[in-house]
Amino acid sequence: MLRGLFSPAVLISLAVCLCLSFLPLWVSGYILGLLTTAYYFGVFSMSWDLLFGFANEVNFGPTFLIGLGAYTAGILDSLYQPPLALCVAAGALAAVLGGVVLALPALRVRGPYFGLTTLVAVLLLQNFIVVFADLTGGEIGLTVPDVISASDKINYWIALGFMTFSGLALYGLSRSPVGLILQASGQDPVQAGALGFNVVKHKLASFIVSALFSGLAGALMVFYLGAASVGTFVDISVGVQVIVGAVLGGRRTILGGAIGAIFLICAGESLRPLGDLATFIVSAIALVVVLAFPGGLIGLFGAKRGAA
Amino acid sequence: MKALEVEKLSKRFGGLTAARDISFSIAPGEILGLIGPNGSGKSTVMKAILGVEKPTSGSVRIKGVEVAGWPPHKIARLGVGMVFQHSRPLHRQTVLENIALALLPDSLTRLFPDPAIIARAKAIAERVGLSAVLDRKPATLPFADLRRIELAKAIARDPAVVLVDEPFAGLTARETSAFAELIAEMRRDGRAVMIVDHNVRSVASLANRVLAMYVGERIAEGSPEEVMNDETVRRVYLGGALTTAARPESSFKDAATPFLEVDSVDVFYDRAQALEKASLHIHRGEFVAVVGLNGAGKTTLFNAISGLVPFAGDIRREGQSLIGRSAAAIARGGVVQAPEGRDLFTDMTVRENLDMGGLRLTAGESEERLDWLFDLFPRLKERLAQTAGTLSGGEQQQLTIARALMTKPDLLILDEPTLGLAPIVMEQISKALERLRQTADITVLLGEQNVTFALPHADRVYVLEHARIVWEGPPERFEAEAGARYI
Repeated sequence: MLRGLFSPAVLISLAVCLCLSFLPLWVSGYILGLLTTAYYFGVFSMSWDLLFGFANEVNFGPTFLIGLGAYTAGILDSLYQPPLALCVAAGALAAVLGGVVLALPALRVRGPYFGLTTLVAVLLLQNFIVVFADLTGGEIGLTVPDVISASDKINYWIALGFMTFSGLALYGLSRSPVGLILQASGQDPVQAGALGFNVVKHKLASFIVSALFSGLAGALMVFYLGAASVGTFVDISVGVQVIVGAVLGGRRTILGGAIGAIFLICAGESLRPLGDLATFIVSAIALVVVLAFPGGLIGLFGAKRGAA
Repeated sequence: MKALEVEKLSKRFGGLTAARDISFSIAPGEILGLIGPNGSGKSTVMKAILGVEKPTSGSVRIKGVEVAGWPPHKIARLGVGMVFQHSRPLHRQTVLENIALALLPDSLTRLFPDPAIIARAKAIAERVGLSAVLDRKPATLPFADLRRIELAKAIARDPAVVLVDEPFAGLTARETSAFAELIAEMRRDGRAVMIVDHNVRSVASLANRVLAMYVGERIAEGSPEEVMNDETVRRVYLGGALTTAARPESSFKDAATPFLEVDSVDVFYDRAQALEKASLHIHRGEFVAVVGLNGAGKTTLFNAISGLVPFAGDIRREGQSLIGRSAAAIARGGVVQAPEGRDLFTDMTVRENLDMGGLRLTAGESEERLDWLFDLFPRLKERLAQTAGTLSGGEQQQLTIARALMTKPDLLILDEPTLGLAPIVMEQISKALERLRQTADITVLLGEQNVTFALPHADRVYVLEHARIVWEGPPERFEAEAGARYI
């Protein structure tokens, strides 16, 4: 709280992002495409860490928020073709509204029930998409008429810029007085209440922020891919990848979420020649890191420097 | 105007009345001690004032404002601070940041810290004696400093009313007096202070008045001396006239090498010392009681004997050191604990729980043992097919003891069997222990904070206080020599 936003970790991260922004001058479109997807996943994982690491709520349904954002933006575009910015904004808004509707009752139940509620929400959304296939494209998927750009490079820069902005915003929030109250509310709600903090209000706010960034990222990703499908945005396995990315990178670090998610996506892709074995190897690595280094990749790195 | 007024406050949980018609008030600059044994309802009253539990009926007024039924954060903002017994600071934040947290407005838009808050947090840290460690992380601090952080957070918003939960638990004598001075300072600042603790003695030097509770009701109120000498309070804490069946220590045959010897044992949890040079011994066939308040170190002592916590010093069974033996080996050797938390298999039936205890017996032995236990605890026979989770607290306690007895222990360790039980249920357990003593050749080590329950059974008594054994003797000398420590 006192150390300000521009801590060494942030300066290093910004420097890394700056270097990454020069990548399109050297690498192929294939790698750029891979990283573009990875950056959006980075935002998903960072948003999720705000809930898990700070509000101490396990949201098993990150894809509920992501899917709402993606499909709302995609459907709006395919029906009326308004400006893309409007579609993206509508997607973010839908994710926030969905998040509030989900969190309001879910935050009132204690313990594992919050997680179960969020899990059920994903299944509901998935079924809705399949049942209302006329609107959503159903199991085949929804092809949107517009994309942000046909250029790999521009898409890459947009994703990188968006991830950098999201990371700064989420990290700054987590370090702010509001983030401190949120952390206290997550760790010991009774004591936070006795200090005069409205625990439900703060947790709900964190859910809204998490939903906002998840929805934005989901909507932007639709207009990068040009299509939305259950398998890329909503499926439980996508949610698991978001969660593993955040835990792998390091809980309660925000920035770790981006690192973990990018690592997961890139590792999965580079091992693709191994077929099904690739998923197994990546999962095994993730498991080892989580078990052996509960602080995640950031924890590993931080331990070496002596201070996180 | 009174800072805090509680009037006819009642709280029921289902059929259990945890607090009934409790009334008291505290003026600014006054300290009230709210005392009572475990299960007396004092914590319930405290939670009702904080808003953590909604009172079933009655009124709570802070500075004249009715707050019964309000959520905790609103009550806190009206001017109630709480010093929690267990400190859980934010571990990634510094001491200063932990204190500053308590000063932050409950706002979602305050994204940048206000320099005035930092200045104020520093001033508060200085008052409670934390100036030297402002930039340290809590994990690197001694236990007493963690308690100071809690205290700093509680007074940060300048509350009119401060509730303090067991302020001295786990503190050494020197830390205790430093902490008492900080609480006295709150009184000088004109705050109304309520200290919740187990006995009069721990609050006597601070409190202007003491209110004593027992099973949800108020039993006495007055100056510490008045309450300490109150007939009802003495009966609740000491049990009044004692009929004891104590056997003299010389009547046990293994005088030279007692069955179990605990030899100046030290136990630390992180930085808090839970047991300090504790020595005691138990003869074969003897019934020894260790009495002490919550946090005195009873459970730690038993866990050391059972090999569940690492310790310094020596524990010998029949002259053989138990050091290096695993908890499982010690238990197989016949030193068996009926733990405080009961630890029953709640989804299994009574019969299955008992069978778990008798796994190493032959079928014949097992049957014989069961018959004896049903004679001891007839209630369990009626409940055989019921799952343990559905039993009442008293029945669960009986089952815990019975399951431990199924293993045919050489030494049975009973940790607080009366915890949370109503007086009438305690009586049933007490009768069973009496019969156990008469019908079986068994060695028992009983840990209790309820002296009334423990003394009639005991051959010998140890008093454990702040991690040290401070008295040893036969039960009939207890009241005269150690009673005052206890009320």
